[in-house]
Amino acid sequence: MVTRQQNVQAPDEWFKPKGRDAEKAESVVRPSLSYWKDAWRRLRKNKLAMGGLVFLIILTLFAIFAPMLSPHNIEITQYANQNQPPSGAHWFGTDDKGWDVFTRTWHGARVSLFVGVAAALIDFFIGIIYGGISGYKGGRTDTIMMRIIEILYGLPHLLVVILLMVIMGPSLTTIIVALTITGWVGMARIVRGQVLQIKNYEFVTASKSFGAGTSRIIRKNLLPNTMGPIIVQMTLTVPSAIFAEAFLSFIGLGIQAPVASWGVMANDALPVILSGHWWRLFFPALFISLTMFAFNVLGDGMQDALDPKLRG
Amino acid sequence: MAIYIVKRFFMMIATILIIATLTFFLMHSVPGSPFDEERTSNPTIQANLEKFYKLDQPTHVQYFDYLKSIATFDFGPSIKKPNETVNTLLARGFPISFELGMVTILVAVISGITLGTLAALRHNGIIDYSAMAFAVIGISVPNFVLATVLIQQFAVNWNLLPPATWSSRMHMILPTLALATGPTAIIARLTRSSMLEVLTQDYIKMARAKGLSPVRIVLRHALRNALMPVVTIMGTMLAGILTGTFVIEKIFAIPGMGKYFVESINNRDYPVIMGSTVFYSAFLVFMLFLVDIVYGFIDPRIKLHRKEGDA
Amino acid sequence: MNEDENTLKKNGQGGAAVLTKPEAAGKRKQVFSEVMLSVRDLYVSFRTFGGEVQALRGVSFDLYKGETLAIVGESGCGKSVTANTIMGLIPEPAGRIKNGSVLFKGKDLTKLDKSKMRKVQGVDISMIFQDPMTALNPTLKIGEQLTEGLRTHQKVSIGEARKKAIKLLEVVGIPNPEERMKQYPHQFSGGMRQRIVIAIALICEPELLIADEPTTALDVTIQAQILELFEEIQERTGVSIILITHDLGVVAKIADRIAVMYAGKVIEIGTKREVFYTPQHPYTKGLLASVPRLDLKEEELQPIEGTPPDLFAPPIGCPFTARCPFAMEVCDRIYPGTTDISVTHAVDCWLQDERAKKLFD
Ligand SMILES: Nc1ncnc2c1ncn2[C@@H]1O[C@H](COP(=O)(O)OP(=O)(O)O)[C@@H](O)[C@H]1O
Ligand code: SF4
Ligand SMILES: [Mg+2]
Repeated sequence: MVTRQQNVQAPDEWFKPKGRDAEKAESVVRPSLSYWKDAWRRLRKNKLAMGGLVFLIILTLFAIFAPMLSPHNIEITQYANQNQPPSGAHWFGTDDKGWDVFTRTWHGARVSLFVGVAAALIDFFIGIIYGGISGYKGGRTDTIMMRIIEILYGLPHLLVVILLMVIMGPSLTTIIVALTITGWVGMARIVRGQVLQIKNYEFVTASKSFGAGTSRIIRKNLLPNTMGPIIVQMTLTVPSAIFAEAFLSFIGLGIQAPVASWGVMANDALPVILSGHWWRLFFPALFISLTMFAFNVLGDGMQDALDPKLRG
Repeated sequence: MAIYIVKRFFMMIATILIIATLTFFLMHSVPGSPFDEERTSNPTIQANLEKFYKLDQPTHVQYFDYLKSIATFDFGPSIKKPNETVNTLLARGFPISFELGMVTILVAVISGITLGTLAALRHNGIIDYSAMAFAVIGISVPNFVLATVLIQQFAVNWNLLPPATWSSRMHMILPTLALATGPTAIIARLTRSSMLEVLTQDYIKMARAKGLSPVRIVLRHALRNALMPVVTIMGTMLAGILTGTFVIEKIFAIPGMGKYFVESINNRDYPVIMGSTVFYSAFLVFMLFLVDIVYGFIDPRIKLHRKEGDA
Repeated sequence: MNEDENTLKKNGQGGAAVLTKPEAAGKRKQVFSEVMLSVRDLYVSFRTFGGEVQALRGVSFDLYKGETLAIVGESGCGKSVTANTIMGLIPEPAGRIKNGSVLFKGKDLTKLDKSKMRKVQGVDISMIFQDPMTALNPTLKIGEQLTEGLRTHQKVSIGEARKKAIKLLEVVGIPNPEERMKQYPHQFSGGMRQRIVIAIALICEPELLIADEPTTALDVTIQAQILELFEEIQERTGVSIILITHDLGVVAKIADRIAVMYAGKVIEIGTKREVFYTPQHPYTKGLLASVPRLDLKEEELQPIEGTPPDLFAPPIGCPFTARCPFAMEVCDRIYPGTTDISVTHAVDCWLQDERAKKLFD
């Protein structure tokens, strides 16, 4: 018998039984943070997503407070102030009615954000109910409900929205109604998928007689996991609703002045773009783009942060 | 495959039926629609309306007659222009819109797939980061904003390209660019993520273990699989491009169907709005049908669904 | 499934010409002497979000021409990484070979550039993957997947390549090979697909076949057939096989020698007889004691209590310390050197030290 490597330098006194140390072997499992804390920690590392979040918070604050604080009137035409470029008095310039574009931009932010968030929330509620029932009931109910979804999914959404807007006449309510009538389908699908996952888990664990622990596991681990995709979907619904609203405004189905959305402001500015009044188009366009950008990067970041697959 | 196509075909017919029914009954409920008791002042128009919508008949007769007209590709008259119908507008405008749409799709598909593939192959490299930066911006900037920026820069400031209309190759550049950027971005993102996913698959590892060249592995083994999710979003993409033409044609004063459609919305020409919506929907649903068939051809698992061997 | 069982025998003779290398035939029961692959002190790490995983920490072994070496060990011990490293399939840039060499017929494969390595992959060394359901490209016909390797590496016409592919399919036991060439993977059962994967691996007549858990994903009956196929192929061609598995039943059936891995190291290596009848390492003994018994369900099988160490920060001493019933203080502090029990049998364990022997007597 030959020992290739010299083991002899090991001191004799180390040759004594050590005793079994199974706990130590188990303890190498890394500390498990709660799901949300873990996701938040990862989201915080994503600079782009955090930038988007900060931007959206600031935007919301401005949308709430800036119109209240603004000294400028945007109800009566101000002939003395028509079409002025950005200046100390009018940071974003004025439009053809002499209204302050800065003030109008924040009114527009209210409209756009409201439309986006309202659409996302309503989608969420309808989706939870429909998808929840479909997934929970299963069987025939599920098949029929899913067939309905399949057909609705095949409808060209924006065209249906246009049709509804034409019929109902443009207003804040009709935009939201039209967007959610077509928009909830995607959410319902996701919710159903998640419900099925929970059900499946319940089934598996119940059959293995995990007993009392099951509901705790569902509450603590599974529910947060299944909420992930739903929250991401909501986050991504907002920019698409904002886009849809701007698009509708742009083809003449928008909410009219003075409290106009960004889309309407951009649409109104279009005929004059060649006359050099760039600020009238630039600012609403900039804010639409930045807001959509912020929501998109935030949604992407959340998707990465919440995805349990990538959990290390 | 045949069963698959037939199934899709009936889905298509059902969808078109739903849209047509929806428009018909919604139209009935709108004040100012042809069904309104109030008559229009123009006798020619009134005669057209009465003839097309069978206004003297009961509703169910009107409904089935309307479906029949749709089935024969007759989408109805205009309420504002006595000598126009949706069909004459389509005949004039649709070819232009179709061209705009097709060029856009071509540009978006080719550049999106290329960009997405390159980004995936250079994962976390400079190409990847810049492609994805482009993509998220492309998704965030609405096409009408992009269109106006392009006009401002290329046409007004630099005087390089014509600012409007659709009369030559040069005229086509800006509208296509404005319309294609969003879809390009979406395709690029999707291609990238599905390519990254595919590249981790066992069959790619196996292809590498065979000692195949990287080019062959990407083009022959990875791309086709990576493109399947891209094909599935083609429907949404087409719908986006189609509605995008409304905006782009308006901004660039392109005399396509989209421009007429937006005009009809602005002057509340209900029959034209309804007729165009039905036409657009039918067109779109038909395109979706084609996409589904293409998907069936790309994915052998669908194609041979009905006569499996021992799987 | 029935096709699986019968065709092997039936088709066995028909394709003999394809695979037999005359000088190799019949060598199987001889003493293996010619080293074909020599892995030396291999260190491989992966960069991940959580830090660096030290997947291989000094792996060495030799492989003789014509033999079957089984690599066994719990999941995560580095078996696949070993195979992938030999094969040049470590995903870059996350994975890196930090040290060591893979000498294949005198060439160090770790030093070859990618284009040179491609001339080895599939030609000299082929690999068979665990899951036949995912190893074949779902969108390409079987025929193309079979012939493309051959056509990449040798100047053969499509017709010749197809002929060879069809013969090979016969050899591995696929009925109606000509028709089957035109079909897609989803049209085959799991066992059939694994046969196809094997055929693909053999198409360039490699000298070394690395099979990474080739039967794990299959039904028990199919497993046995696939193992028989391996034996048959080896008998015909004299190909060397590295068989990775955590199933000791598989090992007992077809291995000549066994290497036992634990936490990125080969902790014991020897002939099948030596490892099965005179295992030296407590881990190997534990593994053997846990060989599945028919009266136990799979879930009830608790091989060795505890889990392998975290490879983000592997212990400096013996990695088995925490689970070892004989652990001594020295085990915690210094990694045991390799002790040669016989010419073919070696083990890394402090129990080989004279002082430890006294302790446990
Ligand atoms: N691509 C990779 N990235 C990160 N870690 C990896 C990668 N491949 C393998 N590993 C790690 O290396 C270790 C050994 O893995 P592997 O060789 O696959 O084990 P097995 O013996 O089950 O085949 C594991 O801890 C695994 O997590
Ligand atoms: S070295 Fe020590 S801990 Fe490791 S196996 Fe041998 S006796 Fe057990
Ligand atoms: Mg493995």
